[in-house]
Parts: sequence; structure tokens; C-alpha cells
Amino acid sequence: MSALIVHRIAPGATLQDMGRTGFIAFGVSRGGALDRTALSEGAALLRQDAGLAALEMPGMGGMFEATEYMRIALTGAPMRAQIDNAPIVWNASHALAKGARLEIGPVTAGSVGYLHVGGGFDAPLLLNARSAHLAAQVGCAVSAGDRLEIGADAGSDTGLSLPTDPRLSGGAIRVIESFQSHTYDADTRTRFAETEFHRDARANRMGMRLNSDGEGFFAQGGLNILSETIVPGDIQVTGDGTPFLLMAESQTTGGYPRIGTVIPADLAKAAQTPAGGVLRFAWVTRDEALAAEEKHRVYLSSLSKLCTPLVRDPAEIRDLLTYQLISGATDGTPE
Amino acid sequence: MSDAFTPLIRPAGLCGLLVSFGDSLTEPANRAALAFAAAVGRAGIDGIEECAPSLVSVFVRFDPLHVSHETLEAALQNVLSDQDWFAAPMPSGRRFIQVPTVYGGTLAPQFDEAAEAAGLTPEEALASVSEARVRVQTIGFAPGQPYLGLLPPDWDIPRQTNLTKAVPAGALVVAIRQLVLFSVSNPTGWRHIGQTGVTLFQPDKDDPFFLRPGDEVQFVPVDAGVLDRLKGDPDGGAKIEALT
Repeated sequence: MSALIVHRIAPGATLQDMGRTGFIAFGVSRGGALDRTALSEGAALLRQDAGLAALEMPGMGGMFEATEYMRIALTGAPMRAQIDNAPIVWNASHALAKGARLEIGPVTAGSVGYLHVGGGFDAPLLLNARSAHLAAQVGCAVSAGDRLEIGADAGSDTGLSLPTDPRLSGGAIRVIESFQSHTYDADTRTRFAETEFHRDARANRMGMRLNSDGEGFFAQGGLNILSETIVPGDIQVTGDGTPFLLMAESQTTGGYPRIGTVIPADLAKAAQTPAGGVLRFAWVTRDEALAAEEKHRVYLSSLSKLCTPLVRDPAEIRDLLTYQLISGATDGTPE
Repeated sequence: MSDAFTPLIRPAGLCGLLVSFGDSLTEPANRAALAFAAAVGRAGIDGIEECAPSLVSVFVRFDPLHVSHETLEAALQNVLSDQDWFAAPMPSGRRFIQVPTVYGGTLAPQFDEAAEAAGLTPEEALASVSEARVRVQTIGFAPGQPYLGLLPPDWDIPRQTNLTKAVPAGALVVAIRQLVLFSVSNPTGWRHIGQTGVTLFQPDKDDPFFLRPGDEVQFVPVDAGVLDRLKGDPDGGAKIEALT
């Protein structure tokens, strides 16, 4: 079985798929990739199923080595990437030769990057999913020295690319009212939509703290709210008035009131807000949210048609050759 | 007699509805939530992808592009009108589980403090908690983690103002007449009064969750040596019998 050997990896990198459903009643939230659009993009680029597991890399990638020939795709937050020291294009699929080294550096936009492989990563199936759920202690973060097994690859396409989706710089995020929104008075809800928030650098798979200047956001009736079901995208406000956007790996229930919920179509965009980046929330109606959801799903199903062959600029090709010559020389040096 | 609260159906995000049977935790509201969730599961309503009870509510997840909010709400309203949910029987297949527990000492350092908050001597507190037969009201927050209640009224004590940085898996904590048994190590505002050896969640097992809503539990006092000898038993020495 082919595998990808991990020589170096950024902290917090995990294998992720669409998550596990059906276990909320047992306290296990769905989890899965923070940016599900990226999973669909990777699937389109490799002409395979979007449910296969990919490597989610927060902020930075790592150094990997292929044990056999394999196909890869890179999606989500763009990172500086090279195969055997030759730069490769993000949001595209590539061939990785046996023994080739793939190096993925820090993000240049957005927050979380994804490495997909033809056939998907073959992590053990736990509760019907392969994704790690660190908060539930299901699976674990990928670490240096790991050998990531890869499933059988039925495809052969490489060298496809997708246009960069404009979801990687934060900005306007649409929210709808949820069952606790009315615990905030109308003025507070209006002020919430007029406030510029910054993503706190400590964000993780459970959620992100939303920093802002000025007064906090306080519910009427304070904190005497019964623990209730949390859905991904809920914006919960803690006792000091600070909002937290709850993400894929949140708890299943929570006792802090929630002012609103990010619509599913904007969740990937919210998750990709870079550290310190700006988020502004806009209230929309249910009908507007449904229209956005429909448009989002049409976009996802059009991805495979949007893939185009990577076009190489002759000038760039010369450049690539130079890189390869250098890498050849480097590889000959004993370590 | 039915509760005065009229069940409410409200949106939970774009793809969810929440059916609530109360705005505070009562025994009838909890019973209603458990029974209604089971009934929704049996009803096979088109479009429902997941249905999960919490303390006094039932969360229903669906695809709103497949079935509209209005259609689903009407279907849920239909089930609601079937019976008086506040008087519903407990779920079937319930069990009575006795869990060996070390109270106080270094393994559960907040026992004395909790007893004092409840206005009880340590001896009275031990008798009160360890003789209580509490019910799993919901599983939530973390995998397989039960909320159990209700304890006698003395135990209506608030959460601490400061969080305990972490209690270990198997920790028994108390506040607001409820007990929570921790499935994984987590910070908490509840007071750590007991320690058990129960593993509540084993993701690689066919039956990964130790407890189910409706189960009745008694936390039986043992000394630290007994708990130590139970290491390696994922059930932590628990005695399990079926309730009819």
C-alpha cells in the first residue's frame, strides 16, 4: 500500500473528512474539515469522492515523501509548496513520483490548507468517519515520523487547476437568528452587525474568539440559560461579553447564550479568516440563507467542470528546469 | 397532570429545529424530551437526518433544500399532538448501574468544599450523594458524558466562579442538583467530589458509549485501594443490571 511519510509537520495538522453524523445524542459533535469547500475542490481536482480524507494543515504544512507514485492536490489556504525544490501551483493537482519530496510552507492567505491524495488517506474508520476529533480524543494529530497510508487510487488525472475562490480573506459573513437570539435586545443585535471583529490568533478547531473594541454583548437574563444543543456556526457569548464562533469540533451542548448562527454557505469563509483578519456579520433572513445555500451547492457541484489544465508559461518552465537541476545536485550530497 | 409549559419549536441554525419542553430542568420536561426524541426516531419523517435529545429539548437536523422548515415543523407538531409527552414513560432498555467511587481526599479534592456549600457535614454529604439513585438525563458536551440528577435540594449549589483547570476522565463533579461524570479530561466550573475508573467512551468498540439516557446510576463509596485494583477494567468495576 502506498503511503506518505511525514518528515516534518506543523502542530495541529489532522486528517479530516466530512465528519461523523448521528452521534450528537452521545456527545460527539460532527467535526470534519473546517473548510468543506476545500474538500470538494480537492475531489474535483483529483476526480474522486469529496468524502475521502485529506490532511488539514493550520497555518503551515510540512515535509513529506512519497513511497510510491501518487497523485496529490492542494486546496484551501494557499501555502508555499515545492516538489523536490521546484515550486508548484496551489489549488491544483500534481503527480508525485516515488521518492519525491513535497515541502509545504506557511500560508500566504487564509488560514487552513489541505493536502489531498488520489484514493484519500486511509485512516481507521471510527464511528463511520476517518477524521480526527481531538476534543473527543478520537484519532490524533499527525506528527513527524508518521506514515500516512493511502487508499487505492482509481483515477489518473493530474495537472488540473481551479480558480482561487474569494473565501480566503475574511470580511462579510452572513448570520441568521437562532433560538436564543431574542435573549439579546434589538440594539445589541444591531450593534453586533455594526462591529468589526478580529479573529483571535488562538483559534482552533473548536472555535475562534472574536475580538472587538468597545462594549461586550450581553444577553438579557444573564447566564441563567439551560445547556442547549450547539450547531456549527453558532456564535456563543461568554460571561464577559466576548463572542466565540463555534466551529466543526465544538461541544454538542453549551450553557452560554448564542446571539446568532453563521449560515452554512459562509462557514468555510469564516474558518479561513486569517489570524487578526476582520470579520463583519450581516443578519439575513431564512429565505436569503436558503438562497445562499442553494447557490453554494450549485457552485460545489460545478467544481469538476471548472477545472482547467495547468498552463505553463515557457519562461516558467525554464525556471522549473533550473530548480530541478539544483535539486538533483542537492540530492547527491550525503546527509 | 401535564406541565404548564407548551412545547415550542424554534430554529437552530439553518438546518435544525429545536423542540423544547421547558425553560428549566424538571423531571417531566426531561422525560418528555427523551420520549419525544425516541418517537421522532420511530416516525421516519422524510428529511430528518439526525435527532438528539438534550436536557429538556430535542434537536432535529435536516436538509432545508430537501424539506422545507414549514413542512418539517408541521410533521413535528403532528407527533407533538399524539400524546402528553410530560407524562411519557422512560425509554426502554434502561439499566441500573453501580459505580465504585472514591469520595474526597487527593483523588477528589473538592468534596469538603462542596459539602460545606450544600450546608452538610462531610458524613451527611457522603450519605446523601452515595445513596442517591440518579438518572442519566442527557449525554452531552463531551463523548458519552452524562448529566445525572436530580440530587436532593441541599445540592442546589452554584458553579464555582473560577474554572478548575482540568479534572481527569472519570471525575464526578457536582453543581445545581446535578452530577456530571467526565469522559475526557476537561476544565470545569463544577466541584470535583468523587473519582471513578469508568471509561465512558471507547471509539474503537462496537458499542462505544457506556451510558444511555434513562439509565439509573448509584455512586458507591470505595477506598482508593479498591479503585487502584480496578485499573484496566474499562467499566471501572461497575455492576450493571437491567431495569424492567
